[in-house]
Amino acid sequence: MNSKLFIGQDDHAPAPRWQQLLRHPLLRPLAALAVLLLIDLLLIPGFFRIEFKNGHLYGSVIDIVNRAAPLMLAALGMTLVIATRGIDISVGAVVAIAGTVAAMLIGGTVVMHNGVPEYASNMPMGWALAAALGVALLCGLWNGLLVAGLGLQPIIATLILMVAGRGLAQLLTDGQIITVYYQPFFFIGGGYLLGLPFSLFIVAAMFVLLAVLMRKTALGLFIQAVGINPVAARLAGIRTAALILFVYIFCGLCAGMAGLMISSNIKSADANNAGLLLELDAILAVTLGGTSLAGGKFSLVGSVIGALIIQALTYTIYSLGVPPEVNMVVKSVVVFLVCLSQSAEFRRLFQSITQR
Amino acid sequence: MTTTLSSAISWRAVLARPYFTSLVTVVLLLLMFALGSIAYTGFFSLQVVFNLLIDNAFLLVVAIGMTFVILSGGIDLSVGSVLALTTMISAYLLQVWHWPALLVMVVVLLLGAAFGALMGVLIHFFKLQAFIVTLAGMFLARGLCYLISINSITIDDPLYVAMSQTRIGTATAFVSPSVIIALLTLALAIYLAHYTRFGRAVYAVGGNEHSALLMGLPVGRTKITIYAFSSFCAALAGILFSFYMLSGYGLHAQGTELDAIAAVVIGGTLLTGGYGYVAGTLTGVLILGVIQTLIAFDGTLSSWWTKIVIGALLFLFCLAQRLMSLGAEKAANVPGSTPAEGKRSLASARPAL
Repeated sequence: MNSKLFIGQDDHAPAPRWQQLLRHPLLRPLAALAVLLLIDLLLIPGFFRIEFKNGHLYGSVIDIVNRAAPLMLAALGMTLVIATRGIDISVGAVVAIAGTVAAMLIGGTVVMHNGVPEYASNMPMGWALAAALGVALLCGLWNGLLVAGLGLQPIIATLILMVAGRGLAQLLTDGQIITVYYQPFFFIGGGYLLGLPFSLFIVAAMFVLLAVLMRKTALGLFIQAVGINPVAARLAGIRTAALILFVYIFCGLCAGMAGLMISSNIKSADANNAGLLLELDAILAVTLGGTSLAGGKFSLVGSVIGALIIQALTYTIYSLGVPPEVNMVVKSVVVFLVCLSQSAEFRRLFQSITQR
Repeated sequence: MTTTLSSAISWRAVLARPYFTSLVTVVLLLLMFALGSIAYTGFFSLQVVFNLLIDNAFLLVVAIGMTFVILSGGIDLSVGSVLALTTMISAYLLQVWHWPALLVMVVVLLLGAAFGALMGVLIHFFKLQAFIVTLAGMFLARGLCYLISINSITIDDPLYVAMSQTRIGTATAFVSPSVIIALLTLALAIYLAHYTRFGRAVYAVGGNEHSALLMGLPVGRTKITIYAFSSFCAALAGILFSFYMLSGYGLHAQGTELDAIAAVVIGGTLLTGGYGYVAGTLTGVLILGVIQTLIAFDGTLSSWWTKIVIGALLFLFCLAQRLMSLGAEKAANVPGSTPAEGKRSLASARPAL
C-alpha cells in the first residue's frame, strides 16, 4: 500500500479512478465491516430492521452504534497518541476514575418535592461533569508529563497510571460500587435526541472537532511529522514536547467522556470493572482502522470504523449463540491478521508464494 | 574545597555504578522489612520471609521470564494469560482425560514454550511490534481458557495435592516445593544470563539490535528463544499456581503481567533493554510481596493500597532510572568515565517504543 495516499490528499495521481479507490486506505476496514454486516444480514433475521417506537429508533444497527460510542471516543484519543508513536494503556483506569468522580458528585438523595419523592444530585450536574472531565484531563496531563517531560517510554509511563488508577478510584469509593439515582445523568449514556441515541451526538461532536483541528490547522501535519521522525520534527522547529503533551491530555479527555458515558449507561460507577480492557479494544480499533502502530500515518475515520467493526463482531457473536468467550479468540486472530497484513515482510512472503 | 569536590566525584561515581539501582532496591527492601518489624508484632520472623516466597513463587518465575524479554528490549504482555491457560489445560487433562500428572506437566511446559516461540517468530520475521503481538497472544490465551471451560475446574490429582501440602523445613520455618522450584529457576536464569552465549546475545540484542546483527550474533534465534523462554516460565508458573490454588480457571492471575513488569523494573532492569540483573528481579518480587504483607499485617488498610503503592514505586524507579541515565550522559563528558556509563547513555538516547 502506498503510504503517501494515506490521508487522501492525492492530487497528482493520474491512475484511473477505480484503481485509486482500490488503493484507498479505508477500503480494507470498510470491506471488513461490510463482510460482517453481510454475515449478519444472512444469518440474523431482521438485522437491518429499524423501528420507530416512542419517538426513538430501535434496531440492531442502532444498538451496535450506541454501544460502540465509548469505544469510538477512546479510539479517537488513542489514534492521536499512536500517531505520535505513543501508546496509552491507562484508558480503562481513566474511565474508572472519571465515572467514579461523576457518580460520587452526583449520587442522588431523595428530596420531597410537592409531596413526591424525587432524586436530587449532590452537586449541580454541570459542575460534577466538569469535575470528572477535569480529573480525566489531569490524568492525561500526568501521562503527557511523564512521556514528554521525563522521556519515559509511553507504555511504561501509562502503565503507572493503569496500575495505580483503579486503586485510586477504589480509594475514592472505598471499594464500593456507587449507584446513581439522579435521572438527568442517565441521558448522557442512555438518552435519545431526535430519535437517535444521545451518545452518538457526543461522538459526532468530538469527531467533527478533531477533524477540523486536523484538517484546518497545522496540528494534523505536526502530529504526523512527530510520528514519522521525532528528531527531525524537533529540528524543523515543531515543539514536539508540547504536541505530545497535548495528545495525551486529549486522550485522557476522551477516556473521561467515555467513562461518563459508561457510568451513565449502567447508572453506577464500578471502580474495579468499568472500562476493563477498554484500552486494548481502543488500540485494536485504531489498528483495524489502518493507523500504523509505528506512528505517522493515522486515520480518524478508520478508527471509528474500527470501533464499529469490534462492536459489530461482538454483536454478531452474541446473536449467533456462540459462547461470548469465543469473542476474545476471534479478536486475537483478527489482530494477528491485521498486523500481518501491515507487515512488509509478510506481504513479500505472500507475493512470492502466490506468484510461484 | 578539594575534599568536597573529590567526595562529590566519588558520590557521582557510586551513583553511576551499574549495580546502583539494584543496591537501592535491596536497601529499600530491608528498610521496608525493618519498618514492618518495628510497627507490627510477629512481623520479624523467618516464616514471614518464607511466606513471601511461598505466596509469590509463581510471580518470581513469571518475572524471571519477563526479565529476559525486557533485557532484550521487548515486552511480553501474554504471560498472565499463558499462566491461566496452563492451569486450565492441566486441570482439564488431569480431571477429564485422566492423564498422569508428570505427563501433563511436560505437555503444558512444551505447549507454553511453543506458544512463546510462535510469538517470537511473528515478532522477528514479520517485524511486528512485540507489544501488539503479545497483546493478541494475551487475548488468545484467555479466550482459549474459556473455550475449555467457563467454570473453575478443581484439581484433585494426588501429586498436585501432595505438592500443595508438603512443607519443607521445621514446623516454625518451612517453605513449599514451589519455592524450591522457583529458586532453582532463578539459579538457572542467572546462569543463563551471565555465563552463557545466549545470555550475552540477549544483552547485546537489548543494547542495540542492529549492532548485534552486524557483530554476527544469531539475533533471530535469540529473540525467538527469549519469547519461548518467557512463555515457558509462564507455563511453569502456571503449574506452580495450580499447586497453590488446586484449580484451573480462566480468571486466574489477571494482571500478573503488570506485576511482573513492575517487579522487573523495580529490580533495576532498564526498560530500554540491555542493562540489568536477573537477581534484581528477586528483590523486585520480594518488594511487591512485602507491600502486600505490610498491608495485610496492618489490617486497616484496604487491598487497593497495594495497587497505589506499586504504581508509586514504579513511578519512583522510572524517575530514578531516567535521572541516572541523564546524569550518566553528563558524567560521560567527564574524563575517566567507565564504559558502563557510555553504554547507558546510549540506551537512554534510543527512541521510545
